[in-house]
Amino acid sequence: MKPIVRATTLGKQYIIGTREAAYDTLREAIVQAVQAPLQRLRGRNGKRAGDTIWALKNASFDITPGEVVGIIGRNGAGKSTLLRVLSRITEPTTGRAELYGRVASLLEVGTGFHPELTGRENIYLNGAILGMKKIEIDRKFDQIVEFSELERFLDTPVKRYSSGMYMRLAFAVASHLEPEILVVDEVLAVGDVQFQKKCLGKMSDVATEGRTVLFVSHNMVAIQSLCKRALWLTQGEIADDGPAGTVVRNYLSHSFGNQSLQEEVWPDIETAPGNDTVRLHRVRIKTADEMGSEQLTTKTPFFIEVEFWNLQPDANLSITLHLYTEQEVIAFTTGSGSGDPEWARRPMPVGLFRSTCYMPGDLLNVGRHRFNVFVIKDLSSLIYQRESAVTFEIFDLQERVVSHYSREPGVVQPQLKWKTEPVDVLQK
Amino acid sequence: MPVSTTNNETVPVSTAKRIQKGSLETDHHDPSEGLPDEPLVVIEPNKAWSALDLRDLWAFRELLYFLTWRDVKVRYKQTELGVAWAIIQPLVTMLIFTLFFGRLAGVPSDNVPYPIFAFAGLLAWTFFANAITTSGNSLVGSAHLITKVYFPRMIIPGAAVAAGLVDFAIGFVILVLLMIYYGVGITWSILMFPVMLLLTTLLALGMGMWMSALNVKYRDVRFALPFIVQLWLYVSPVIYPSSFLPPKFRWLLSLNPMTGIIEGYRSSLFGRPFNWIDLGVSAAITLGLLIYSSYAFRRMEKSFADII
Repeated sequence: MKPIVRATTLGKQYIIGTREAAYDTLREAIVQAVQAPLQRLRGRNGKRAGDTIWALKNASFDITPGEVVGIIGRNGAGKSTLLRVLSRITEPTTGRAELYGRVASLLEVGTGFHPELTGRENIYLNGAILGMKKIEIDRKFDQIVEFSELERFLDTPVKRYSSGMYMRLAFAVASHLEPEILVVDEVLAVGDVQFQKKCLGKMSDVATEGRTVLFVSHNMVAIQSLCKRALWLTQGEIADDGPAGTVVRNYLSHSFGNQSLQEEVWPDIETAPGNDTVRLHRVRIKTADEMGSEQLTTKTPFFIEVEFWNLQPDANLSITLHLYTEQEVIAFTTGSGSGDPEWARRPMPVGLFRSTCYMPGDLLNVGRHRFNVFVIKDLSSLIYQRESAVTFEIFDLQERVVSHYSREPGVVQPQLKWKTEPVDVLQK
Repeated sequence: MPVSTTNNETVPVSTAKRIQKGSLETDHHDPSEGLPDEPLVVIEPNKAWSALDLRDLWAFRELLYFLTWRDVKVRYKQTELGVAWAIIQPLVTMLIFTLFFGRLAGVPSDNVPYPIFAFAGLLAWTFFANAITTSGNSLVGSAHLITKVYFPRMIIPGAAVAAGLVDFAIGFVILVLLMIYYGVGITWSILMFPVMLLLTTLLALGMGMWMSALNVKYRDVRFALPFIVQLWLYVSPVIYPSSFLPPKFRWLLSLNPMTGIIEGYRSSLFGRPFNWIDLGVSAAITLGLLIYSSYAFRRMEKSFADII
């Protein structure tokens, strides 16, 4: 099948510092102009290799019409650069891309909105900026307004809009674009859950209409549900290209797999963190799978282990953990003082101890977590506390991908018992 | 997103359906059927010289209109006097000029009442000065557009120049009223007025494009531009007629493209003979500048998104 997008060895090189130090001055340019011939005489021809960075390198791929392709990768991997090159915002340094259709790029919601203009005026302005013709906007105007649910505020300047209204209007315009190729950056990262859901719903509509879409997102659930194919970029190069599910799995296990199931170890008791009563030896996350390579999902039980040296004979020590979510909210606290009755009141001899906390599945919500470790003496006084560098990521279940777009709200995601019974029903 | 938690799943029906549709995707025909044989767009690193893509500019003509319309709409938003500013500014300037230069300093005005003599010059000058200032700063002010969406970048300084035409039109109405008041009749020469306006617009566009592109890289332009505009005013026959200079130095003044243009406006309005040499010089410089700056613009355009 003939591709609608064909990229061959696309590359984009930036001179480091250029993007920040954009404000060259004429004086510098003049000084440079004077120095340049001298440098050439000395044989230092122009740029040194170390001063440049390839934001995108050797990217080659074909996209067939109607394909919805997700682009994933860490920040700075070149995703946005690729989109910018394909939407002709910036020119590639090497390679070539052929586009066999009209492209519209949506790198930001509400590009070119003017705060002083009314909603109605901004629909036209934004539409024109995104590449719509006036008659096209005229024709879709009512649909756009309906989609935005802002009929009453059409003649209000958008600077008086709430951020939610602003986003709604902007997305309403953008979603009525009808290009053959749609290039979308992480626009869904903004706005509230309701808005994101609406965006994703519209995206999947677009996808089913047979349009070609290139879609950057950090939301792996969205990528897997919307895209059949994914490109994984790392350091500007395509690391993987294939079915979305496979690529996402490779990406996740590569990026977070071993890294987030890490541990902190202090082998030397002299330099280990602590005080003259207690010193930490090791803090780690452990899954049932001893290799520690298993990905944590909302259903995976795992252990948090804290090993410490007790330095005072007959001390009565216990460990408490404060578990934080990504949003820096304490999800809950738990302590061996009440969780482990056997050792709770027993005086400890001098030596190394290990306290293990069992974390059942169906408890934590999706996202990155960290914890603080507290050492408590006599179940009452805090003698040492430390923010652990150990972090771990809880992933969503693959099965949920089919029916949900993103993370459920809530600090935790416990599985609770439910029961439904008829109370007063119409007898048949 | 269902409001409930995971265990009692209530998936909105529409959402679920939508996804199913997506995962089914039954294609009965080859979707690449309708594709053109030649790519619509080829993206590749450009050579140093790239021709002016007029077809591309034409395709985006509506954007030029909308950006101009935006600039006009926004200009006097949240001002008490609104569009009145477009009247007050040249009128008050004209009054001050008349008082100080016309009356006190006795600057000659080629047998036309000094107020309309000055106003005609100011009308052209204000349009030109505002146009190059706003368009010179237009690209930097549109960084959010340049880094987020593609369109021919020339449209941005172009719209800034075009937006000035509205103020020019308002000023023109006042000029007509003044001419009626002073009993200055029009002649066939008025037919040259649109030509003058075209020349001014093109000259402003040439300057504006060039300055705006330089401004992206060298923010010095922002400071240099008002300064240049101010000096340029003194070497243009706005306050004084070009006949004010001793004939020995007149040729120096003619090197300024605005000389031919401003005197051309007066000739067309007051029915005086045109100075075709000055006009020719103006037209030649305007054309030369326009070609040079569109070339320079195209060359610098590639790096706009990277360095703005």
